[in-house]
Amino acid sequence: MALDSMEEIFDKARTEQKPFWQVVRDTDVEERQVTAEASFEKMRAAWRAMLESVDTYRAERRSVSGLVGGDAQKMWDYAARAESFCGPYLQEVIATALCVAESNACMNRIVAAPTAGSCGVLPAVLVPLFRRGSVDERQIVQALYVAAGIGAVIGYRASISGAAGGCQAEIGSAAAMAAGALTALRGGTAEQIGHAVAMALKNLMGLVCDPVAGLVEIPCVKRNVIGAVDAVSAADMALAGIESRVPVDQVIDCMGDVGRRLPVEFRETALGGLAATPFGQSVRERLEKTRQTTAGAAE
Amino acid sequence: MLDIFEILGPVMVGPSSSHTAGAVRIGRMARTLLGAAPVRADIGLHGSFADTGQGHGTDRALVAGLLGMKPDDLGIPESFAIAANQGLEFRFHTVRLRDAHPNTAVLAVESAAGRKLVLQAASTGGGRIRVNRLDGVEVSFTGNFNTLVVRHQDVAGELARILNELSVCGVNIANMSLCRDRRGGAAMTVAETDQRIPREVLARIRTLYGVLGVTYYEKEED
Repeated sequence: MALDSMEEIFDKARTEQKPFWQVVRDTDVEERQVTAEASFEKMRAAWRAMLESVDTYRAERRSVSGLVGGDAQKMWDYAARAESFCGPYLQEVIATALCVAESNACMNRIVAAPTAGSCGVLPAVLVPLFRRGSVDERQIVQALYVAAGIGAVIGYRASISGAAGGCQAEIGSAAAMAAGALTALRGGTAEQIGHAVAMALKNLMGLVCDPVAGLVEIPCVKRNVIGAVDAVSAADMALAGIESRVPVDQVIDCMGDVGRRLPVEFRETALGGLAATPFGQSVRERLEKTRQTTAGAAE
Repeated sequence: MLDIFEILGPVMVGPSSSHTAGAVRIGRMARTLLGAAPVRADIGLHGSFADTGQGHGTDRALVAGLLGMKPDDLGIPESFAIAANQGLEFRFHTVRLRDAHPNTAVLAVESAAGRKLVLQAASTGGGRIRVNRLDGVEVSFTGNFNTLVVRHQDVAGELARILNELSVCGVNIANMSLCRDRRGGAAMTVAETDQRIPREVLARIRTLYGVLGVTYYEKEED
């Protein structure tokens, strides 16, 4: 057993009468030769590190460029004084996505899920549910297994690296993982999890990786928001019984194929997209100058 | 397959799993394979590492790894200053490699005792790495297993002798490769193993006929 396709996980879940998360945990137990308890504890530790990455957020912190930081606080303040279009859960999802992604840009400690650039997506959808008490820690850890299994399949069949596959491979994969986790949390079947993954991934297909000045700041922080919102909508669709017409493994393979065909300018090189706008170039030039000044001062 | 904790993880200092956490691991791998603290490091950056590395702290991360730090170490942003204190000299330059992964670094490191090592490795996403070249010979390993690297002469039966030593102590091989630079020249065998290799077994392999050097990387538990 390896996590090489979603179909394989569905089969295993069917034949062994196990939930999706347990198929993933048992694979980990077998692969790393650890006990089920040790595996579960390691996943719990990942969850607690995620919570910590939210709790240690500081609105006054700024990134290398000085352009990222403080937006999560703005979202929280707005939610406190006005009725948002999104409603209580989604506004919290947005603020949490911003908060974790900003912390990452400011060199705080986070949990890559599946990458650092996309670290805000999973906590964004899970932490608000946990905080309001609608799910307990055990359920969350089980949902994280679902997310990890999905990520493993995507990483094996396609890519989870922006340099190799564009932003769709990072935020897209994170959204797919989060969509599956949410679907599992509400008792969705393995197949429904698959549909949620397929829909989340399809809806961000082709997204380019175009970081301004090459930093994991602009547009990365806010793309964590669209990843999280994409995940929530895909999970709700799957739980409503809506299915992806294209089978999930084919969607994953297709994402990998689209990624390989993306011009190199759109794969984290900071040579295209938003990085190549006049604004993007001005940020790059400004940072270049600062760096040279600093280097000069050091010598 | 991929380790699920490489997908949900690592717990790391930002901002980039490939450009920061992966770079720390590449530096740390070079230090481990050198078998000592490096005092000199010449670091070539290729592709996206060269283009966007600075802003991701790739340079500071590689140096942090050379200093023995792990990806979740809050000292990573300060690694240049720490290197100065610990007597590690380093310099960076851009390299253009053929058919290399976009996030690739080539590290030429040297210990105080004069031991040298040249390592080429790629950061393949999510903080995972793959070593592609060691002292000019093509290899392929990830650091996700215990890894035995044996440099030896290209002579008949060498592989069987090495594997025999692993087999008698019950060490199972997960992946392995053998490459040579030319017939009868220097060869390199790399074996990724499920179990740890006992010290005495490493010592026996060192004394085998034709063996020029043995390096061992032990998988890290977190």
